[in-house]
Amino acid sequence: MHSVGMIILQRLGLGLITLFVVSVVIFAAVNLLPGDFAQAILGQGATPEAVEAIREDLGLNKNPFVRYFDWLGGVLTGDFGTSFAQANFAEFAGSDTGKGGIGSVADQLRPRFANTLFLASVAAIISIPLSLTLGILAALYRNSAYDRFINVSTLSAISSPEFFLAYILILVLAVINPVFPAVSNVYDELTFWERVNATMLPALTLTLAVTAQMMRMTRASIINLLASPYIEMARLKGLSPMRVIIKHALPNALAPIINVIALNLAYLITGVVVVETVFVYPGIGQLFVDSVKIRDIPIVQACCLVFAATYILLNLTADIASILSNPRLRHPK
Amino acid sequence: MNTLLWIIGIVAALMAGGWLIRTLGRAIDLPSRQANIYFRDMPYLASVGLAVGIFAIGILIYYYFLSPTPFFVWAVNGFIFFAICAFIFRFIGRVVGTEGSKKLFRQMPLTASFGILIIIVYAITAIFAGIIAPYGQEEVFAKANVLPGGDPATGGDPEHILGTDPIGRDILSRIIFGAQNTVGIAFITTCLAFLIGTTMGFLAAIKGGWIDQLTSRVVDALMAIPQLIFALLLMTIATAWAGSNGFLVTVYMILIIAVLDSTRVYRLSRAVGLNIVVMDYIEAAKLRGETLSYLVFKEILPNAFAPLLAEFGLRFCFVFLTIASLSFLGIGIQPPLADWGTMVKDLSAFINFAQFSPLTAALPLMAAGAIALLTVGVNFVVDWMLQKTSGLKE
Repeated sequence: MHSVGMIILQRLGLGLITLFVVSVVIFAAVNLLPGDFAQAILGQGATPEAVEAIREDLGLNKNPFVRYFDWLGGVLTGDFGTSFAQANFAEFAGSDTGKGGIGSVADQLRPRFANTLFLASVAAIISIPLSLTLGILAALYRNSAYDRFINVSTLSAISSPEFFLAYILILVLAVINPVFPAVSNVYDELTFWERVNATMLPALTLTLAVTAQMMRMTRASIINLLASPYIEMARLKGLSPMRVIIKHALPNALAPIINVIALNLAYLITGVVVVETVFVYPGIGQLFVDSVKIRDIPIVQACCLVFAATYILLNLTADIASILSNPRLRHPK
Repeated sequence: MNTLLWIIGIVAALMAGGWLIRTLGRAIDLPSRQANIYFRDMPYLASVGLAVGIFAIGILIYYYFLSPTPFFVWAVNGFIFFAICAFIFRFIGRVVGTEGSKKLFRQMPLTASFGILIIIVYAITAIFAGIIAPYGQEEVFAKANVLPGGDPATGGDPEHILGTDPIGRDILSRIIFGAQNTVGIAFITTCLAFLIGTTMGFLAAIKGGWIDQLTSRVVDALMAIPQLIFALLLMTIATAWAGSNGFLVTVYMILIIAVLDSTRVYRLSRAVGLNIVVMDYIEAAKLRGETLSYLVFKEILPNAFAPLLAEFGLRFCFVFLTIASLSFLGIGIQPPLADWGTMVKDLSAFINFAQFSPLTAALPLMAAGAIALLTVGVNFVVDWMLQKTSGLKE
């Protein structure tokens, strides 16, 4: 009955339902906007005929339900619609602006999402081993000067706004000691290492923001286990403290650690908005903020959906990973 | 390649240093027995850790005296200043006050007393901003772009200690008024979020049934979208509704963030409430025929107070940071209100002058640091409270 496959399928189904609900919420929220884009594009002095024509063009004159399912159908086939800003621009510049499929949201989104994933993976590659090591050491030397120092500094890092960390890093590593560039100029022709170099400062900022939480969770979940009898037994056998923690405590503490890592990965992808803005990194977060400012609704909608999907997917992964690593969760009472 | 060699060299030196420290500690007969045992039982890794610590402190001291720019010196001086202030504050708290408050201060770690001091200072600044600040937040002076420092020889003006911004407003006054606006708005938002969240949460816990199901599912749907992203989406709509009315945008932002944040409060208060409603005294109160509001305010709320208070501190930090981030992105608190997030964005270009005019480069960091300092302080206090109530010692 309760096979692991069934549980995973069930969770996946729940995730899909959540995603559907989220898409409804996003669509409904956007439709609360007063007036519509036809009016917004043409401005005050628009003739009713012109407004009507644009509405016809963008499909705004249809009933919201029809539009929602049109949009959803498009999203499922990888078509996120047409960016208003780009459509507007294309009309002024004549229909031919070089690329085929003018202003397609998917075309704008794809390279940017790849850039964001790159940034998130660089940050993850630095922060996960770092936080695990720091957490294990803090658990090993708990209540020592090292532990207190790490505790205070991680707590300060969690509570600082990201732009504060970002500007301090710019000050230290870009202005006073020019090691990394302050502006992440990432484009297609860069070699891998040049790209890593350009990504380094935003990645380090994200690392500072997420390491603290993962490290504190590692420490707490290991220390939680240290009072249990089998740890006492391992200690009485005469094992070294390091071995007790790595071999005996860590495997049992993995579930909460994996959970918090997955949540932080979700944060790395969705929390990039501020960091990408500071470093002018061409990722999806910056696209999102720019579109919010000019109210380019199709892009805002698409970005929101991408962010929400990533968030749900990683939460789901955390859920499944903790079920897999803890057999007790497989047999709910 | 050269850097790599340096790194390898330093690591090797540290490992050798650790071994040296341990060997020396064992060879020399120290005056106390405890110290001798400490070195005898010292694992190798711990001795390397000691070497790393000594190395790090050495580098910090070297930097403090020989750093080419004054930022590090300011940071260290600031740190020492805050530590001394926190120490004095705790000392005063231990001597002055009632028996209960004295006892509280005696058990308090330095970080927590630092946090309390910061909160008090911010509260005073926020409430009396109009008296403390030398000028008004919207006052525009003829001299724009006055450099900080107050020295006419370097482009400063003694009347504007931190200089003026490109429009000609006094930066010191704006930072002080920022306490009133940013902290005040965050506080109002958090209170609103708690009002909504705890009301719905306790209601769901007491009533159960379809009310519980409905509110819980709505909250699930709202929480499935990352908070900052959702706030940005809703702010797009809010700015379209409000048009160019900056005040209305701020009001909408308060409402949006309060509703989004109340979902977290709802989860907690529902969970806490569910544990309380099964108690016998609630049963007794229900049998006495007490009203719903009596149950919530007289029976549940007092028993849920401690976790909710800690949650209030944490939520305040999150709300404060979200508002600061939104303002930083240009869609939060609107001008002419002085606000730290907006100030960081407006002044951020100054950071490039670090080599030539360190004080100018520090301006955006001051506004950002003002945000960081308060959240750090609140977090220290919450951390201490949680440790005290849950006994998370070992």
